[in-house]
Amino acid sequence: MFRRDPIPPGEAVEILLDGQPISARRGDSVAGALLAGGVTRFRDSVVSGAPRAPYCLMGTCFECLMTIDGVANRQACLVTVEPGMRITRQSGAPSLLPEAET
Amino acid sequence: MDQHDITVIGGGLVGSAVALGLAETGLRVLVLDGEDLSRRASRANFGLVWVSGKGLGTPDYARWSFEAARIWPGFARDLEARSGVSLSLDQPGGYSFGLSIGELDGIIAEMTHITEETDGEGAPWRMVSRAELVREIPGIGPDVAGAVHGSADGHLNALRLFHALHRAGAAAGVTYRAHHAVTQIEPSSAGFRLRGDWGQITTPRVVLAAGTETERLAPMVGLAAPLKRSRGQIVVTERVSGRLPFLSAIIRQTDEGSVMIGDSDEGDTDALAGNPEIAALLAARAIRVYPPLARLNMVRSWTGFRVKPRDGIPIYGQSRSCPGAYVVLCHSGVTLAALHARRIAPQIAEGAAQIGPAAFSSERFHVPA
Amino acid sequence: MSAQLPDTAELVIIGAGPAGMAAAIEARAAGAEVMLLDETPAAGGQIWRAVGTAPEARKALLGKEYAAGAALVSDFAACGAHHASGVSVWGVMPDGTGPIHVGVSESGAAGMIETRAVILATGAQERPLPVPGWTLPGVMGAGAAQIALKSGGLLPEGRCVLAGVGPLLYLLADQLLRAGVTPAALVETPSPRRRAALPHLPDFLRTPAFLKGAGLIARVRRRIPVITGAEALEITGESRAEALRYRRAGSWHEIPADLVLLHAGVVPSLNLAVAAGVPTRWNAVLRCFEPETDAAGATDLPGLFIAGDGAGIGGAERALPSGRRAAQAALAQLGREVDPLAAAEAQRQWHRADRGRAFIDRWFAPPPSLLAPQGETIACRCEEVPASAIRDAARLGAPGPNQIKTYLRCGMGPCQGRMCAASVTEIMADESGRDPADLGHLRFRTPVRPLSLAELAQLPAGEAARRAALGDAALPETPLPLPDRSS
Ligand SMILES: Cc1cc2nc3c(=O)[nH]c(=O)nc-3n(C[C@H](O)[C@H](O)[C@H](O)COP(=O)(O)OP(=O)(O)OC[C@H]3O[C@@H](n4cnc5c(N)ncnc54)[C@H](O)[C@@H]3O)c2cc1C
Ligand code: FES
Repeated sequence: MFRRDPIPPGEAVEILLDGQPISARRGDSVAGALLAGGVTRFRDSVVSGAPRAPYCLMGTCFECLMTIDGVANRQACLVTVEPGMRITRQSGAPSLLPEAET
Repeated sequence: MDQHDITVIGGGLVGSAVALGLAETGLRVLVLDGEDLSRRASRANFGLVWVSGKGLGTPDYARWSFEAARIWPGFARDLEARSGVSLSLDQPGGYSFGLSIGELDGIIAEMTHITEETDGEGAPWRMVSRAELVREIPGIGPDVAGAVHGSADGHLNALRLFHALHRAGAAAGVTYRAHHAVTQIEPSSAGFRLRGDWGQITTPRVVLAAGTETERLAPMVGLAAPLKRSRGQIVVTERVSGRLPFLSAIIRQTDEGSVMIGDSDEGDTDALAGNPEIAALLAARAIRVYPPLARLNMVRSWTGFRVKPRDGIPIYGQSRSCPGAYVVLCHSGVTLAALHARRIAPQIAEGAAQIGPAAFSSERFHVPA
Repeated sequence: MSAQLPDTAELVIIGAGPAGMAAAIEARAAGAEVMLLDETPAAGGQIWRAVGTAPEARKALLGKEYAAGAALVSDFAACGAHHASGVSVWGVMPDGTGPIHVGVSESGAAGMIETRAVILATGAQERPLPVPGWTLPGVMGAGAAQIALKSGGLLPEGRCVLAGVGPLLYLLADQLLRAGVTPAALVETPSPRRRAALPHLPDFLRTPAFLKGAGLIARVRRRIPVITGAEALEITGESRAEALRYRRAGSWHEIPADLVLLHAGVVPSLNLAVAAGVPTRWNAVLRCFEPETDAAGATDLPGLFIAGDGAGIGGAERALPSGRRAAQAALAQLGREVDPLAAAEAQRQWHRADRGRAFIDRWFAPPPSLLAPQGETIACRCEEVPASAIRDAARLGAPGPNQIKTYLRCGMGPCQGRMCAASVTEIMADESGRDPADLGHLRFRTPVRPLSLAELAQLPAGEAARRAALGDAALPETPLPLPDRSS
């Protein structure tokens, strides 16, 4: 969906998406880094499970919710990358309570 | 709007449950309701179908609440079928936690009293020691001293109950009119004249179910409904997967996955804006009860004004001086909705002099002549 | 809370866009102690995002106006205001005539700042364009693509189509072309009442924006196909956007696309103002609600001011004097001297910047039919509430959007109604024939951004709150049992 412009980039930083390394640039937002890294599906919706991706990149739509360094439902477009940051996609609502025994 | 037999003032949970029940008896029912942002406890409540702790000093209220809990499953099935809206009623029993021995002892004393006063006809409950709690609720907070578990307590999706009552009402022929806040009621030869800034209508009979506004309207038809001001604030989290392993009166998880945390009680404010300090304390208490909640995000908090009779007991009755005028008012409109549709509405339809248990009569407030 | 933030300030400004920076500079010049909060990492707001750090080559490609922002950003940096970046504001809580509390959150810790005056300069958000398929990955706001370009140098890859209405579509197309990206098409959906703009044309012709805008549109039209007069849009695709379809003169056409960038203008960000208790009014020309303020940006709530696009859409050029005027009004309230010449100058600037807007607002007005979707099109993205359910609930007789929210949960998800509030009102208006001005909008409440319960629980609370929340009971004195973050 996106590529980087040819202008000399900033310092490279590696982050992990679901355990896979992605190369980001210092100063990138997490959402920006993932878009540049070719990620199209950011999460599956809480209601129907449909795939979703950032819509606004300015903190309004909450489509970019991801688990970042263990904290669920963070807005990836408002978080700046840090080296080694661990990002996981959420499928449905984040699992923060014990699963029911059935 | 002209062709109707009875008018219900108020389209909240109480008014719409009564309206539905009245329509089921064959009456043509008109509901007059207020504005989008009128004060509505029905859109701000916690969703409990709750019995424990109710009716201290008024055993009829303890019995009435228990009765409501018992008829809820049948009422819910019927309402779901008529409205096509699922209510997610769940009655697993509920915990009342003590965060100190003193608090726990207070809860136990109250429950014991209610049992004695009702001659054991109230809902069954049991004490739960800390050791038992740790087994029943893995992850329970270190500060919880123990709890009481009431067997009849439950909850449902209160927003969908509101939707379902409106939808089933429409299907049963109830005419619903928003933007029709009633400001004046005058007895007339043909019944009652109801006025507002929208105009006026005449109605043969009228039911006052206007929530906090009822207090002002009741004296116009010789009824009394004195209220206590009580603002409650609730905190709601994002949806999460997994289940909260218990139900309590201050923490519950909706069927959609959000956790609701309640609820405060303030008697001295009229303001609508929530108070973050109160939200902070509600959150702190919830985390102490069940620490895994700390990781959840709060996405909303709101306040609502409870419809709280001065003595806490429902107010039902027909006016003696203006027959044909009724009042139905209570705090627990979710819990009692089943009874309002199934018991109270038929009595009103019949024109019974006494509506519901005698202890709930509006006359206890010394109706002025 | 964090070491960075003091817990009191004389004047708090929220938003580091043109309005907020101009307000800060003005207030500092009068000697006020200013704290400016913004959730983004660097000053600039939406229009000058990252201008302080962007490489020269990117600035050149984004155009003169973008580059011009660097001057204001450096003036702001030198003005002596305390700029706290990366801080999100979740609530502004005025207390009658007492101090105003500003709820903030930074790196997962919430806190409260007490102040005597607040200027909200939180700008605008893109107006959601709820067309079929708009929730698919590969569909974004045109503004989002612009932000990606400004802040990360990201360029669309593959087939990219721009659709909707508003000057931003042309501006973005031009910026993309300069960066070497050729969009497959620009599909314009003008309002059927575009002619209403014509009486305002002579005024617009006398503004510099006219020449600039005309040149821009001509450049874009020379390089890419511009299809104007589309009446309806939809995006098709299985798990991501595959094509944009549009209806023109009654028949449907399809353009294959990997990225669809939608736009229908911008609208004021209302959440903080409404949650603080500021009433709103309906702007029938711009088809949006805006907070009620006087010309200088003062609200009815003592100490609370609104500047820039957040007070009413006027563009960056008007946001500058708007920020200055709000600062002057706040300074007066704080008992500080305001130079009458500066006040007159800011007012003149404002009127100059406002010239031509009457034309732009009408010429680029969105067609109401696009804003009030039908059928299964999702209106509330968070809760996935389709337009048909909202129409159905409106027919039950709901008095307004808030009762629809009770029925259906639209507006109850994490975005708290930002993405559906306008659509719920538009759909109800369309269904009931009532004026949006009478219907109102979804109510927004504090906190306007999610807070973790752990963060919330650690806010300080007073005795009155304790009584209200806990009655006679008390909480144990032991530390809160907080679980480990990573567990
Ligand atoms: C997506 C988009 C693209 C645009 N592109 C252009 C363009 O290319 N050219 C043009 O002329 N105009 C453009 N505009 C319009 C232009 O941005 C505005 O006219 C101008 O920026 C208004 O200035 P402002 O200071 O009022 O708001 P903004 O520039 O929007 O600044 C508001 C600031 O407030 C911050 N903020 C908001 N809420 C909070 C909170 N709760 N806590 C902390 N901080 C907060 C934001 O991070 C932002 O930095 C665009 C608008 C948008 C929305
Ligand atoms: S992309 Fe919209 S909030 Fe992040």
